[in-house]
Amino acid sequence: MTFFIDRQLTGPYGGYDWLYMQGPFSANPLPSQGLQSPLVPRQQYRQGLAALASYCKTTFAGRGFAELSADEQDKLLTGLEKGEVKLPNFDSRMLFQLVYANTMEGFFADPIYGGNRDMVGWKLVGFPGTRYDYRDVIAKPNQVYTLPPVGLQGRPAWTVGEKP
Amino acid sequence: MSRRLPSKDVVIVGLGWTGSIMAYELAKTGLDVVAIERGPWRDTASDFNIGTAPDELRYAIRQDMFLRPKQESITMRNNLSQTALPIRKWGSFLPGNGVGGAGVHWNGQTWRFLPDDFRIRSHMTEKYGAAIMPENNLIQDWPVSYADLEPHYDRFERVAGISGKAGNINGKIIPGGNTWEGARSRDYPTPPLRQGYAQDLFTKAATDRGLHPFPRPSANLSTAYTNTYGCRMGPCTYCGFCEWFGCANYSKASPQTCVLPVLVREKTFEARTNCEVTKVNLATDGKTATGVMYVDEQGQEWEQPADLVLVCAFSLFNVRLLLLSGIGKPYDPNTGEGVVGKNYAYQTGTGSTAYFEDAKFNPFAAAGSLGVALDDFNSDNFDHGPLGFVGGASITCAYTNGRPISYHPTPPGTPTWGSAWKKAVKETYQRVTSVGAQGSVMSYRGNYLDLDPTYKDPLGRPLMRMTFDYKDNERKMSGFMADRCDEIAKAMGAKQTVVKKLVGPWSVVPYQTTHNTGGAIMGSDPKTSVLNRYLQSWDVSNVFVMGASAFPQNAGYNPTGTVGALTYWALDAIKTYLKAPGPLVQA
Repeated sequence: MTFFIDRQLTGPYGGYDWLYMQGPFSANPLPSQGLQSPLVPRQQYRQGLAALASYCKTTFAGRGFAELSADEQDKLLTGLEKGEVKLPNFDSRMLFQLVYANTMEGFFADPIYGGNRDMVGWKLVGFPGTRYDYRDVIAKPNQVYTLPPVGLQGRPAWTVGEKP
Repeated sequence: MSRRLPSKDVVIVGLGWTGSIMAYELAKTGLDVVAIERGPWRDTASDFNIGTAPDELRYAIRQDMFLRPKQESITMRNNLSQTALPIRKWGSFLPGNGVGGAGVHWNGQTWRFLPDDFRIRSHMTEKYGAAIMPENNLIQDWPVSYADLEPHYDRFERVAGISGKAGNINGKIIPGGNTWEGARSRDYPTPPLRQGYAQDLFTKAATDRGLHPFPRPSANLSTAYTNTYGCRMGPCTYCGFCEWFGCANYSKASPQTCVLPVLVREKTFEARTNCEVTKVNLATDGKTATGVMYVDEQGQEWEQPADLVLVCAFSLFNVRLLLLSGIGKPYDPNTGEGVVGKNYAYQTGTGSTAYFEDAKFNPFAAAGSLGVALDDFNSDNFDHGPLGFVGGASITCAYTNGRPISYHPTPPGTPTWGSAWKKAVKETYQRVTSVGAQGSVMSYRGNYLDLDPTYKDPLGRPLMRMTFDYKDNERKMSGFMADRCDEIAKAMGAKQTVVKKLVGPWSVVPYQTTHNTGGAIMGSDPKTSVLNRYLQSWDVSNVFVMGASAFPQNAGYNPTGTVGALTYWALDAIKTYLKAPGPLVQA
């Protein structure tokens, strides 16, 4: 997942290169007006992760996020999601929402982007990927689909000589 | 400094559905036609290739193909007391860009509006009395009737190859089709798509309740088809990558599949892409357009003189171009005077999500227009008297896709991450369907478009400002529809349903629909409309404006079928105009 996020942040998404980022930026936008922060994803990660590291250091006696137990991590993530954990100089919910959105993207996007390794996200739900032809499925309603998923680059099995 | 080019007979702003049809039909008559499009050239083989087209992250999430807000956005507020802010990232609606326009990335649901929709003010007032009309409404009858447009709906359906089943051919009612529809002169050019398991359940549940379900009309074609222009299309494979994507199969009707193959062979046609029209130029009398100004990729400004200017951009950008060019008087919501920007409307989306105990819906086997619909609660097909609202909705059980970044449903109460989420996602994906209601939105005094006082595009021109919210009438109507959807969902056998109604102010964040209508409406009175019944500007008679910007209010349907019909209707009028230029309707 970190491969996926790093690659995304390097491209146009990381700088919101395609979005309307001219000011002025309002301090009090309406919720219905959506994204209004001047911080692009690269800045959100840099500032948000630094704030999280600082928070962990003071709260968990010098330990970083990765050194926390699974229970401690879950509790902290829940606090970030709800906004109950206050990070120094950074909106905890903004950090959570960004990481959450990028994680979902990486988990379910085509493996060509570096996430969804072995199509694990697609296999979880039963999405067959980019087969691009389901006339056989439509012809047989309410039947289990059994073929394995295919991505934009095919399937790993196709390149190592296994039967498709 | 701008440079002046040799004059053309016709200049077309924007090369989407309406622009390409106009370009082809007029170039065919020998006229010298240039289309100026601000986005890139796009074609099926090169841009919607099967090896790259089905990429959810690239197209649906990162929005690679749409107009980039950096190039132009719109500012938004819910009412006049607020300060509008720019839509920095598209959400609620997704304007297209480039050749083909939004006709590239649409789902393909291609409807005819109902006869009553065209005379809604007269019809509702005659039947229910004036009291049923909502407060501060600006609802107007259309200046054309269903009968006027019927032959032109037919022409568009024949070009797009629409798959469907007629319910009324010349007054003969045909069960299994849409029995509520206005009489059509003949059946659809291709038979309906095959439907999935959820649609079978919906059809049975709706029929048992005395409703009249039918396969919804689709621009994803059920069979191979050669259209009236000689362009050939392939059958839909239910790949589940229609909306927000180009079609690699040549099976979704678009300018690329239906018009461009013949348009590019016309010797008198020329397209200039990556060129942004900045203004329609007017003669000193203000009553004649002399052509357009545009800026090319290098930033060079050009003047393109022309005898006839056809404004064929997306509805919102048509309105902005009129405002920037000074064509028509801008609407002022405080005085109610002026016309440009008035009667902006949208669409409601409500319904019921249905969770089943055990089902294999296979949501990935889908198409943008796959689905079974019913019109029993649309337009005035039901008694509005006791309900106290105007308008209606088409109700549909559909799958447009099962693409998992956006579509991975879980039952209410599921955590958003962790092992419990994973378990729920795994168990739920196959067992959810929905019944949705796509509803009409009426026009109101406070819902309008004008130029923003603060925010600018990269060329320094003001962005357009949208002031919009759903009013009580739409909330009441769409809430009623959501309850009807829920009844059907339960009758289909769902073990749990979640009803979705309109809550809170309209927001730019969640995707809703790109059915933005009005702002440059057609009408029978220049005091209350921008265009006459032939889509000709009342003020500048050699300017015609195509698209859903002409709708006086929106009906409970997708707009493209009616946009196509209006285009052919206007085309015939333009051919008449060309014989003796001047106003086609005396003000």
